[in-house]
Amino acid sequence: MAVEALAIGGGAGFSGDRTDAAGPVVETLVARGLPAAILFETLAERTLAAAQLARRQNPELGYEPQLDRFVGPILRACVEHRIPIVGNFGAANPRGAARRLQALARELGLPALRVGVVEGDDLSDERGRSLLAEYLPAGRGEPVSANVYQGAKPIADALRAGAQVVVTGRVADPSLAVGPAMAHFGWAEDDWTTLGRATMAGHLLECGAQVTGGYFADPGFKEVPDLAHAGFPIAEVAGDGSFTIGKAANSGGLVDARTVKEQLLYEVHDPAAYLTPDVVADISEAEVHELGGDRVAVSGVRGHPRPPTLKVNAWFDGGWLGEAEISYAGPNAEARARLAADVVLERMGGALDIRFDLIGVLSLFADDRGRALAELAPGGARDVRLRAAAAHADRALVERLLAEVTALYTCGPAGGGGVRTSIRSRLSTVSCFVPRERAPARFEILD
Amino acid sequence: MARVPLHAFAHGRTGDKGDRSNISVIAYRPEAFPFIVEQLTEARVAEAFRHRRPTAVTRYLLPKLHAVNFVIDGALDGGVNDALGLDTHGKSLVFLVLALELEVPASLLPKDSRR
Repeated sequence: MAVEALAIGGGAGFSGDRTDAAGPVVETLVARGLPAAILFETLAERTLAAAQLARRQNPELGYEPQLDRFVGPILRACVEHRIPIVGNFGAANPRGAARRLQALARELGLPALRVGVVEGDDLSDERGRSLLAEYLPAGRGEPVSANVYQGAKPIADALRAGAQVVVTGRVADPSLAVGPAMAHFGWAEDDWTTLGRATMAGHLLECGAQVTGGYFADPGFKEVPDLAHAGFPIAEVAGDGSFTIGKAANSGGLVDARTVKEQLLYEVHDPAAYLTPDVVADISEAEVHELGGDRVAVSGVRGHPRPPTLKVNAWFDGGWLGEAEISYAGPNAEARARLAADVVLERMGGALDIRFDLIGVLSLFADDRGRALAELAPGGARDVRLRAAAAHADRALVERLLAEVTALYTCGPAGGGGVRTSIRSRLSTVSCFVPRERAPARFEILD
Repeated sequence: MARVPLHAFAHGRTGDKGDRSNISVIAYRPEAFPFIVEQLTEARVAEAFRHRRPTAVTRYLLPKLHAVNFVIDGALDGGVNDALGLDTHGKSLVFLVLALELEVPASLLPKDSRR
């Protein structure tokens, strides 16, 4: 008899995601009664940098700050209905997250929680550092931290060893879905077509509402019903990796050919070679079929042997980013905002490379060098927010920029209001690839 | 034939990894796809991004999805952790492409966007 399909829910698509979204997903999984798992993807490129900074401040931290709010509402139902939870919410400190989840289970009066911890992504130990010395481009000095993208295998192994929750640091996002499917169906590590399909199921789940109507609505063109309560996605994966995608019951949002196509291509480069540690997935011949009732089947996905290398993101001290804004409105507002920028530029005397945006005239489509803004003839915009931004290793220099924008209140053009300033440290990133056998993953079950 | 913004007959979204942006453009109706292939070229998109000095623009065709996928290297002023702009991911950039105008038969425009 064929193994039953596996339903996989998406509980979060990024660190700042809605924390009330996973509940309805788990309710739907329970109601469907299929074997199920739920994944949480909370670790964007930028998020891990923030986690590394948090851990530098306090070694107990560095895992997903919203961990309790993501997992708390669903932990009891998942334990009781044997729905494994898989999340990269370990971020820079998977063991810290695992300990917190065990404490959370105790607080909820649940039996001791078996948590699988996947490690090997963090390259900040001695072995990792020597690997980086070999493969990172020279000249940047010592990285603050570095992580290698791990795959589905250690997640599957931890689940087979009885983990109720699997906590990872950096793993490829789709591997959060491939891991539980691999454990459920017993797939071989070189079943490329199957892994390729499951990888694209994971790819559609990994960003939460982005496949169910989020990041999609465009009034008058692409309408989304009840966007305020968009249900999060659920994939049903068959034993050959083929899948349908749907969403939580009784929720807003929509799943149709358009939402699935947009998300299928999201963060994809060559569609014939979507690289993960598990497989090279190929959607160049993929097709989508609407099944009705907010369900879409994806067919034609293929898989090719996985790459011999793993991707590494390394973080370097990126200095300080300062941002300051002031607004002008009414007659001649744009001219006053432009004059304010000129004043700041002259006061700073070339000490910093400053980016200026005229919010309400040109901002998002412009560039750091100011080329687009320079080409744009002054117009008559009547509600303009001037934004100045610069980054530098010297905090005092960046603070000077913020002070100059603040001083525009009394020393700048007429009617400037609403000054806001902020400064924060940054980590900048450099990527490289390392042979996979040089960066093995491991897992451990914490009882 | 009418000269209309892509936005009237196609949709898409932006993704980012490092200093590389990818932008999908998907025809609402299959009949519009050949016009996108013919007119929305790599050169056309490179021109739209000229201020950012991209180092490469590559277009991939997905005929079964009636979609194209642009990969634009060096488009993000260094990427999400290095750029100075407001939208360091470049999330908004698909709308820079959807604002480009193409020559298409008026019959191709979907009903609800022909207002």
